[in-house]
Amino acid sequence: MQDTNRWNPARLMPLIGPVVLFLIWDVVVRFKLIPPILLPSPWATLGALFSGLGGGSLSGDFAYTLLRTTEAFLIAAVSGVPLGVLLGSNERAYRSVEFVIDFFRSTPSSALIPLFLMIFGVSDINKVAIAAFGALLIVLFNSAYGVMNARKQRVMAAKVMGASRLQIFKDVLIWESLQPTFVGLRSAVSMSLVIVIVAEMFIGSERGLGHRIIDSQQVMNVKDMYASILAAGALGYVLNIIFLVFEKRIVHWSGR
Amino acid sequence: MSVVLNPLIKPDPLPPAFVPGPVGTHITIRNLTKYFAGAPLYEDFNLNIPKNKIVSVFGPNGCGKSTLINMIAGLIPIDSGEILFDGKSLSETKIGYVFQNYREALFPWMRTIDNIAYPLKLEGKSKAEVAQRMEELIVSFDVNFDLKRYPYELSGGQQQTASIMRALAPKPEVLFLDEPFSALDFEMTLFIREKLQDVFMQTGTTMLLVSHDLEEAVYLADQILLLTKRPTSVAEILNYNDPRPRTIETLTQPSFIEAKKLSLEIFQREVRK
Repeated sequence: MQDTNRWNPARLMPLIGPVVLFLIWDVVVRFKLIPPILLPSPWATLGALFSGLGGGSLSGDFAYTLLRTTEAFLIAAVSGVPLGVLLGSNERAYRSVEFVIDFFRSTPSSALIPLFLMIFGVSDINKVAIAAFGALLIVLFNSAYGVMNARKQRVMAAKVMGASRLQIFKDVLIWESLQPTFVGLRSAVSMSLVIVIVAEMFIGSERGLGHRIIDSQQVMNVKDMYASILAAGALGYVLNIIFLVFEKRIVHWSGR
Repeated sequence: MSVVLNPLIKPDPLPPAFVPGPVGTHITIRNLTKYFAGAPLYEDFNLNIPKNKIVSVFGPNGCGKSTLINMIAGLIPIDSGEILFDGKSLSETKIGYVFQNYREALFPWMRTIDNIAYPLKLEGKSKAEVAQRMEELIVSFDVNFDLKRYPYELSGGQQQTASIMRALAPKPEVLFLDEPFSALDFEMTLFIREKLQDVFMQTGTTMLLVSHDLEEAVYLADQILLLTKRPTSVAEILNYNDPRPRTIETLTQPSFIEAKKLSLEIFQREVRK
């Protein structure tokens, strides 16, 4: 076993990218290669980000976006996973709805915003609903394919041991589908965030990071705009990491 | 769709009368027919598999050795024919099956011990019964690795040992083994071969082994079933009666060498046909 506590320069490698990015940013601003009215200094932006998140008004908008994203994601996950697993276990049933799923999965959800506006009006529900819709199809698709592509030999092994269809379903198919389901959930949470941000920008909203980004752009408060963009990026990044950690714990056999 | 407008009026041919196998037969295969992609793989295939014996299936590439045992085990549907186990159907018979690819046969979400116990849980056995059977299996396989680990944490040989334990857990009447050693290194092959022979001597379970290694096929077998090229039929059935336990010394016995040589001759004759 290698001693993981020992200081190892290689462990700093991942930091090089962000540091270089901030240095370039700083140089660009310092030499006024881009007018300061379009690009604030990285330090001012980070300052706005941390003061905003640490009790400033940014934290409120951040919380709203997080809440909407979480709601949309939960709706998609709670309805999409069982539905996907059920459809996947009956291939004929899946084939009958495959085109519809593939079609709407390929349709940019943002194209449906006006439609959802007509149905739900300019409300909070609207933003959550459209994000949930976009995320749902991703979850559904991945779970269904997870079941359909279950290793045939494991199913045969269960069958030869005398397992009934129900037992094969709950002891083999569900488990086999876990890993693709997690891939679906991870994409779904990203998709929810994207749509929530877009919806906050364009569907009369008072709160949320999307609203804040477009608002500060309108009044040329670029420092706050960049801080909000960074906050949205950090949110997406952390959500992704959380899912990776969960996936690794739950689907412990993945890749082995 | 073709419609026969004027069918010949002729009584259906009588189904062939069931011909029982000789005394000591376990599995009877009658008029088995199986087509693959429009070509016959098996046509009116008949076979008696003896009870409490190890039968090795050997034959040219693509003759359907694995298909044969998969059809008997019910993993591949047959087109027509009848397969009976002591006169019973498959659904009334307890069978065990060991796959070549143990990685995709064990369930990686269960601990190894739960994998082995899984068929017993399917049977609805109580916790105490399961625990007792596990103890028996651990003793008879002389297990020296940690069964609390997940299958992917074990070596290939340990995983295949666990697969065999799982197949034997419910005390099956027939054990099917589809090239169980071909994914293992030589050392593990020797080890598991001995274990299998031990278990056979303890229990006398009827075993049907598909192998692509002639030495291994003969070494374990009481009977070597040699198949022809497709459409497959029985080329010859050889008996090999050296006493058990067979050991490394067996491999140099004249009787072993004779059986192996004869099998090889038949095999080559069939391949060249």
